Amino acid sequence: MKECYLGIDIGSISTKGVIIDSQNNIIKSRYIWTEGSPIKAVKKLINNLKENLDKNIIIKGIGTTGSARKLIGLMLDANIIKNEITAHAIGTLTFYPNVRTILEIGGQDSKIILLDNGIITDYSMNTLCAAGTGSFLSSQAKRLGVDVEEFGEIAITSTNPVKIAARCTVFAESDLIHKAQVGYDKKDIIAGLCKSIVLNYLNNVGKGKKIYSPIVFQGGVSKNKGVLKYFKEILKEDVIVDPNSHLMGAIGIAILARENKTNKIYDLNIADIKFETIGSECNGCSNNCEILKIYRDNKLIDAFGNKCPKGAIKS
Amino acid sequence: MKNTSQTNKKILTFPQMGNYYIPVKFFFRHVCNCEIMTPLPITTNTIEIGSKYSPDFVCTPFKYTLGTFIESLERNANILIQAGGGCRYGYYSELQEQILKDLGYDFTFVNLVTAGNRNLKYISNEIKKIDPHYKKIKALYYLFIASKMVKYMDKIDNYIRENIGFEDEKGSFIKLNNKMLKEFSRVKTYHQLRKIYKNYNKKFKNLKIHKPNNCLKVGIIGELYTIMEPFANYYLEQELASYNIQIKRYTNAHYLLFEKGKTVKKYLKYAQEYIKYRMGADAHDNIARCKYLCTHNFDGIIHIKSSFCTPEIGAMPIINKICKQYNVPIIYFSFDANTSEIGIKTRLEAFYDMIEMRRKK
Repeated sequence: MKECYLGIDIGSISTKGVIIDSQNNIIKSRYIWTEGSPIKAVKKLINNLKENLDKNIIIKGIGTTGSARKLIGLMLDANIIKNEITAHAIGTLTFYPNVRTILEIGGQDSKIILLDNGIITDYSMNTLCAAGTGSFLSSQAKRLGVDVEEFGEIAITSTNPVKIAARCTVFAESDLIHKAQVGYDKKDIIAGLCKSIVLNYLNNVGKGKKIYSPIVFQGGVSKNKGVLKYFKEILKEDVIVDPNSHLMGAIGIAILARENKTNKIYDLNIADIKFETIGSECNGCSNNCEILKIYRDNKLIDAFGNKCPKGAIKS
Repeated sequence: MKNTSQTNKKILTFPQMGNYYIPVKFFFRHVCNCEIMTPLPITTNTIEIGSKYSPDFVCTPFKYTLGTFIESLERNANILIQAGGGCRYGYYSELQEQILKDLGYDFTFVNLVTAGNRNLKYISNEIKKIDPHYKKIKALYYLFIASKMVKYMDKIDNYIRENIGFEDEKGSFIKLNNKMLKEFSRVKTYHQLRKIYKNYNKKFKNLKIHKPNNCLKVGIIGELYTIMEPFANYYLEQELASYNIQIKRYTNAHYLLFEKGKTVKKYLKYAQEYIKYRMGADAHDNIARCKYLCTHNFDGIIHIKSSFCTPEIGAMPIINKICKQYNVPIIYFSFDANTSEIGIKTRLEAFYDMIEMRRKK
């Protein structure tokens, strides 16, 4: 019997799952789109992971991270539910113990994590605005009629990236349209867009942070060669992108699940379980807290969202 | 929108902040001959109507207090009490009075402290607007009791903050505190108040806790209203307590009313390598406290403010520099009506993980 651990990172755009063993070897991994329905995505993901899985493997721990971590954690009865900042740091540290800076750009958020001697010393996350994240890139790719996967390849062919005002998504978009309308070459516009994302990230999330190398770049956007090229160019440092850079969060949480393992053995038969969330308003006072009730097979398993005991619902 | 009740009964009310409505209510109930309306607790509704009638870029306490005023006026209050402070807060009263008048409400506005000027004669004249026959001696006596009440409340609060994360029975601290506040609001003399305080102080010390000697310690600094009104900081202290963290916080009503004046020189001297002059409101205090926290083995610092709080924005780069120098982690939160609660929780959780990880290594 081989003890393995499952880590799931449910982001706004994509859902990542990875099964690791006790030596941090990746047994299996999957990357699929969330498409606005984390429960459906996770069911699909687990079915994918289960296919052709070695019969000898038993799952001793499950960890969830990402924006839907709480819901999916409940659904799978995970033994650890952790925020994505910690998960990314732990995952990266396993493969790059000397890392000093982690740049992460995901679908809806971007963050920077600074480390020293394997300890997080500082971090920050985008607050007010989603400019320069993956969803912005993919919506602009659609506008330009290019697949977002090809974006990076096209960007690195340009020698003359156009300047795009990058302060904010809306302004960047109108500036991009303007540049297209005056007849700039598409590849130069795409390269300009990649550069603007880097500039925006460094001015916004990375503001006031000292970036030391080794630098690791991850999250879905790290697969974009154009963005990587401009990170290297502007930081004047080498930037590492791991082949599994998009899975780092999932790997990190799988490691945390291993560190917090219990005696429980998980079976992965969740396809037939009915799982739903029903929201309601408390109406106990004018706060009108939105209370989320989570049902598994029509049985209430948890409820949260209330600010005071008035709205407490017992499971 | 018009206030239609044209009765002659005077109904007095004031803005909401933490539990401080108890001493304020106590004072006016004994000094002025009028009905006192306890403001409603702050809810989402308060901030919604407050934001609707406030300038967009004003700091959030303005929106909270304006929202509370409108809620109270709708419940037929007709005397509003406000007091200004050392920053933009100094102009709250005048602006809020104008906004509420423009909305068509009919009320008397009593501005106890204008532009940070605390002049007893001026305050006395303002109180005469509420009750022309009020007795000065009596007022002084009850002011004394109210101020002691604030002092005792803050003392107990400090004890709670340091220990609530480690209580054996969940909710025991809050329950006992609520009981004490209820008794406080019923006192008549200073001796009664003192007796109740001593009694409860003992009870609090007897509450069972399981506190390790080397628990994680975090200091909270920042803008005063956001620090003192739990709704405005999304119940940050409660959240920290759930992680078993000991919390240190300096700003409370007693500090602002009775200690701040005396500490200015001391603080400026203590942090002289970073700051030479006052920077408005609590900016210099926070810089000095930051240095103190950094040099006294605190695991981390949380700086909170309402969005657009100018003095704190001025203090932040200096605070950042101090924390870098002493290598103490710090996290900044800026709250306003549109803050996402989930975002705060994620960042706070990561902050906790970070300080715990540092401690372990």
